[in-house]
Amino acid sequence: MSALKSREAILFAAILTLLLLIASRFPGFVSPQNLVSVFTDTAPLIILALGQMVVILTRCIDLSVAANLALTGMVCAMVNVALPGLPVALVLVIAVTLGAALGSLNGLLVWKLDIPPIVVTLGTMTIFRGLIFLLSEGQWINAHEMSASFTGFPRSLLLGMPVLGWIAVLAVAVMALVMGRTTLGRAFFAVGGNPHAAVYTGIDVGRTQFLAFVISGALAGLTGYLWIARYAVAYVDIAGGFELDVVAACVIGGISIAGGAGSVIGTLLGALFLGVVKNALPVVDISPFWQLAISGAAILVAVAFNARAGRSRGRLILKSAEQPQ
Amino acid sequence: MNMMRLLTTAAVATGLFAGTASAEDMRIALVVKALGIGFFEAAAEGAEEAAKELGGVEIIYTGPTDTTAEGQIEVINALIAQNVDAIAVSANDTDALVPTLKKAMQRGITVISWDSGVAEEGRMAHLNPSSNALIGNMIIKLAADHLPEGGDVAVLSATTTSTNQNTWIEEMNKVMGDYPGINVVATVYGDDLADKSYREAQGLMQSYPDLDAIIAPTSVGIVAAAQAVVDAGKVGQVNVTGLGLPSEMAGAIESGASQSFAIWNPIDLGYSATMLAHQLATEAAKAEPGASISIGRMGAITLDETNSAAMADPFVYDASNIDAFKEIF
Repeated sequence: MSALKSREAILFAAILTLLLLIASRFPGFVSPQNLVSVFTDTAPLIILALGQMVVILTRCIDLSVAANLALTGMVCAMVNVALPGLPVALVLVIAVTLGAALGSLNGLLVWKLDIPPIVVTLGTMTIFRGLIFLLSEGQWINAHEMSASFTGFPRSLLLGMPVLGWIAVLAVAVMALVMGRTTLGRAFFAVGGNPHAAVYTGIDVGRTQFLAFVISGALAGLTGYLWIARYAVAYVDIAGGFELDVVAACVIGGISIAGGAGSVIGTLLGALFLGVVKNALPVVDISPFWQLAISGAAILVAVAFNARAGRSRGRLILKSAEQPQ
Repeated sequence: MNMMRLLTTAAVATGLFAGTASAEDMRIALVVKALGIGFFEAAAEGAEEAAKELGGVEIIYTGPTDTTAEGQIEVINALIAQNVDAIAVSANDTDALVPTLKKAMQRGITVISWDSGVAEEGRMAHLNPSSNALIGNMIIKLAADHLPEGGDVAVLSATTTSTNQNTWIEEMNKVMGDYPGINVVATVYGDDLADKSYREAQGLMQSYPDLDAIIAPTSVGIVAAAQAVVDAGKVGQVNVTGLGLPSEMAGAIESGASQSFAIWNPIDLGYSATMLAHQLATEAAKAEPGASISIGRMGAITLDETNSAAMADPFVYDASNIDAFKEIF
């Protein structure tokens, strides 16, 4: 546990260093107002990374999050076009429900048919994108077709921060509670840490993985509405490739790809790290040709740090095995 | 008996004559990628306008129900059977239509492509909506028109490797001398992703607080930049312009984030394609490199070495015409 704590401390220090470096080139970046906007901009990544974290903890991976987001977002936009008067609260319910349903499809395939998660979600990712095309016939849904309350909700200010940011705060709080204070949260760690041992303690591994996918799907659905409303446009390729950012945020945040290790705070910091890099690159005047390389290098460095910090020597169980014969 | 035969002959002759009389109406077929697409419906409207202006021209507006080359081949075969005078096609596939169109040309039918071209051997001439040079000039002109005192503008492009955007920006840089006082302070890349383009636009406004305009020659970028300007509360300070579709940009024009933007006008395109087809079919003009062909109210076009020509500057859309066009495409 202390190793985990220090890993998060390292990441936190890395983010602070990064902010200082950016501030030396562009002082306006660290103004409180800008930091709030960076946090808000990173909110979708934070929410998605929390869902991905749960999935990765159970030794699975969910590559369909961005496609789920896009499909749910498109459906929300279409609902809004058809029924402009529908309250935003209902749209949120639709988004979370639909997202969870799409996630449960992944979960069922992994649980009942025992297909490797990477294959399942690679398949559903393509299916979801295809469905958007079928639904929308390739057409865009544009700002002027959406109602003002639909696009206004995520950007309305509450205590100086847009609602979008507060939803991320809420998601972090709820997930921290679930992971730390519920049996389900413990089960996620147990299943990923040692599935065989988990079975002996009475945990249904498949069912736990299914629930992880449902949570990931629900959060992706929620983000779907927020994303569409924020950028005020819905089309097939929305958030294309974003699933990789989400996985990267988790990995940077110290979620072990092998499952069983990680924390909500780590995930939050991982997402923030990426968010700061993404928001800083446009303002620090670096050639766009270098930006991708720099993003990639930042990820590798962070992961290398994590791998070093997380490397633990195998625990000795039988002292005699250590002795040379 | 003799009388009877004479009468019949006369009747047949009259019938034949009547037939040729109606065939004197020149029939120009406008073949589109698929029926039911607003852009092409508008092009058909332009074609009808040209027909009315020319007189004695009948427009056959047709196309497959979905955007496939197979569907277009069927449609074109039917048109060959009807022996139309000219076919003007916006192709779903550059090469797949060539054999069918060659057959049409062998039967003496004038074949041109417009909007989306056919390989050179499958058509007599091709009409592009615009040219790279015209687009490059237009995007900077759009920004400069609203900056009489000069000012700082930035370009928000697609990816660093997008051929179209890079060519247009290059063409834009060539004509910068015509727009004194306008400085391009930065070129950034939004990768045609809404979120990255939005962030890049935000970055531009932060890095260059005096920025006057963002030029986005990409439909994803221009929409995202307009949204970023609205969210930053800089409507009226930063004008977002470039290339976009009226349906996608209607919101940005309404909010004032964008004063104007450009893209081809489908009505003009249908009009010009019909004019070009008519000129070639009546042999008033010949399709050969260097030929200058008059296309009615759109002026004249000059065919290049591949027998293609550019119609005109991209059409400018602003608050005065956006409502009419946002339903079209």
